Amino acid sequence: MEQQLFWLWGGIAVISAVMMILKRNPVHSALCLVVVFVSLALLYVLLGAEFLAAVQVIVYAGAIMVLFLFVIMLLNLETEVRSQGLSRVAFKACSLAGTGLLLLLLLGGGAVKALRAMAPEQVSGVPGNTQAVAELLFTKYLLPFEVTSILLLAAIVGALVLAGKRD
Amino acid sequence: MNEGYIPILFMLALATAFCVVVVILSRLVGKRQDSSEKLMAYECGNIPTGNARQRFPIKFYIIAMLFIVFDIEAMFLYPWAVIYKSLKLFGLIEMVLFVGILLIGFIYIWKKGALEWGSRNI
Amino acid sequence: MSLLAIGIALAKAVIVFVCLLLCVAYSTWLERKVLGHMQVRCGPLRVGWYGLLQPIADGIKLFFKEDIVVSGANKFLYILSPMIVMIAACASIAVVPFGDYIDVFGQKIYLRVADVDIGVLYIFALSSLSVYGITLAGWSSNSKYALLGGLRASAQMISYELATGLSIIGVLMHAGSLRPTDIVAGQDIWYIVKQPIGFLIFVICAFAECNRSPFDLPEAENELVPGFHVEYSSMKFALFFMAEYAHMIVVSALAATLFLGGWRGPVLPGIVWFMLKVFAMMFFFIWIRATYPRFRYDQLMKFGWKVLFPVALLNIVVTGIGMVIWG
Repeated sequence: MEQQLFWLWGGIAVISAVMMILKRNPVHSALCLVVVFVSLALLYVLLGAEFLAAVQVIVYAGAIMVLFLFVIMLLNLETEVRSQGLSRVAFKACSLAGTGLLLLLLLGGGAVKALRAMAPEQVSGVPGNTQAVAELLFTKYLLPFEVTSILLLAAIVGALVLAGKRD
Repeated sequence: MNEGYIPILFMLALATAFCVVVVILSRLVGKRQDSSEKLMAYECGNIPTGNARQRFPIKFYIIAMLFIVFDIEAMFLYPWAVIYKSLKLFGLIEMVLFVGILLIGFIYIWKKGALEWGSRNI
Repeated sequence: MSLLAIGIALAKAVIVFVCLLLCVAYSTWLERKVLGHMQVRCGPLRVGWYGLLQPIADGIKLFFKEDIVVSGANKFLYILSPMIVMIAACASIAVVPFGDYIDVFGQKIYLRVADVDIGVLYIFALSSLSVYGITLAGWSSNSKYALLGGLRASAQMISYELATGLSIIGVLMHAGSLRPTDIVAGQDIWYIVKQPIGFLIFVICAFAECNRSPFDLPEAENELVPGFHVEYSSMKFALFFMAEYAHMIVVSALAATLFLGGWRGPVLPGIVWFMLKVFAMMFFFIWIRATYPRFRYDQLMKFGWKVLFPVALLNIVVTGIGMVIWG
């Protein structure tokens, strides 16, 4: 059961990732990206990382929303897509590179899986997945957690500075 | 996989099936007489002018970006809240630090006027 | 997972889904009836006793309406977006516990579709996906009103999603879990008593997230026609319509679970208590619609970011301090 579900969702993720590259329409590409992230979240659920799955959907769904709004607002789609598509060669090169990257990722995924097989279930002692993440995050990895806030602060300032530029 | 998620899959599948069936059925059952006037976009009875997909104020984009940042903050708050009972004062201090740093950013965007929706700002 | 368990899970999912659809249908009736009486009218009265068959008549009527795909629309997304909204709204109900358990032929059947560790986050994840449905509906319709409505809706929904997320942190701190059943189990005293401000923020955000009055700007009739679904007809329109009510029911159920003690209550069986609480919340939704005028858009965004967001954060800190001092 787990195996089949893994192949199903992994397959969906890979196919929509390829589609994301191949689609000419940026809105379609953004949507394919959503599908990729959702199927990744489902894979996380398969691995028993439920909290991560939820975060994946919530944060990335929001993030792609931004991409999507960006596309709507800054490109005048109908005309842009037709006149300025990638040239054939660039298009092929991009899809080749993308496929290569995917293969690499698949291999990497295999390696991670092998690693995982070696490691015992570390988080099983705690009542829930969220608690397990929390315990690690707020004790052992406290410093990275606090530093994240500075990263986010930089993101806020950066977003405003970039968006606030007047002509 | 945790077996608790299988019913959720059922629920999602049911909802999807319902939507697809309903849309297809209504397409088959309802009568259709297309005419170019009928299929025009609605613009209060006038003939639509220009392209509907225009560029929009950058305001929406900024809001979406700020949303991501604070959404990530909220995502950190969930696991924290769940084990707060065992962290106690230590947890409170670390979260006050974390949120405090982000609050600086919040005050910054407030003062910059990014949260105003007048036409003059940004 | 045994075959029996799968069968039970499937049966539960079907029953809950059908019940949800019925509730959606009858909440439209409830809304019209309550609004009618509040405005000294009768509401639906002709179809069936006391207008009780009205929702069914409406459903059949919508089924036979002409299905229009507006010219210049992005056909695939145009058809997909009402489905996204509806699926997200309906599937959210899966993690809400309706009651404890019942005995059927010696088999303990728990009154919930799924009991997962991240239940609350699951609902938020689905609602963040449903924003796509609305934005895409606006964008794919190739209509100015629709695009404006869709953009408004997405900005409004993400702003208020943030405050919703923060408003329930206090509850999670008390409960120590994201699992809805644990949260219900922790409420010997309803969390609304411990978290009054959290509840207030949650309810306000719930109105905004369901695009309900006084936050119904995405479909503000007198400026945007009906906003993002202006170009939709027939069952595709009906899906948006049903999704709005399904969303309301889910949010009411979530409010009942998080703040009002879920299915727990004296004397009556759990499921009755749960239904009563959900009904009370739905009634409140309708009542507010009958009472308050619509916000202006800048007021709405200002309110979300400058009032609700800081207050929700403050609420978390105060809760934290309180829990340190009083254990």
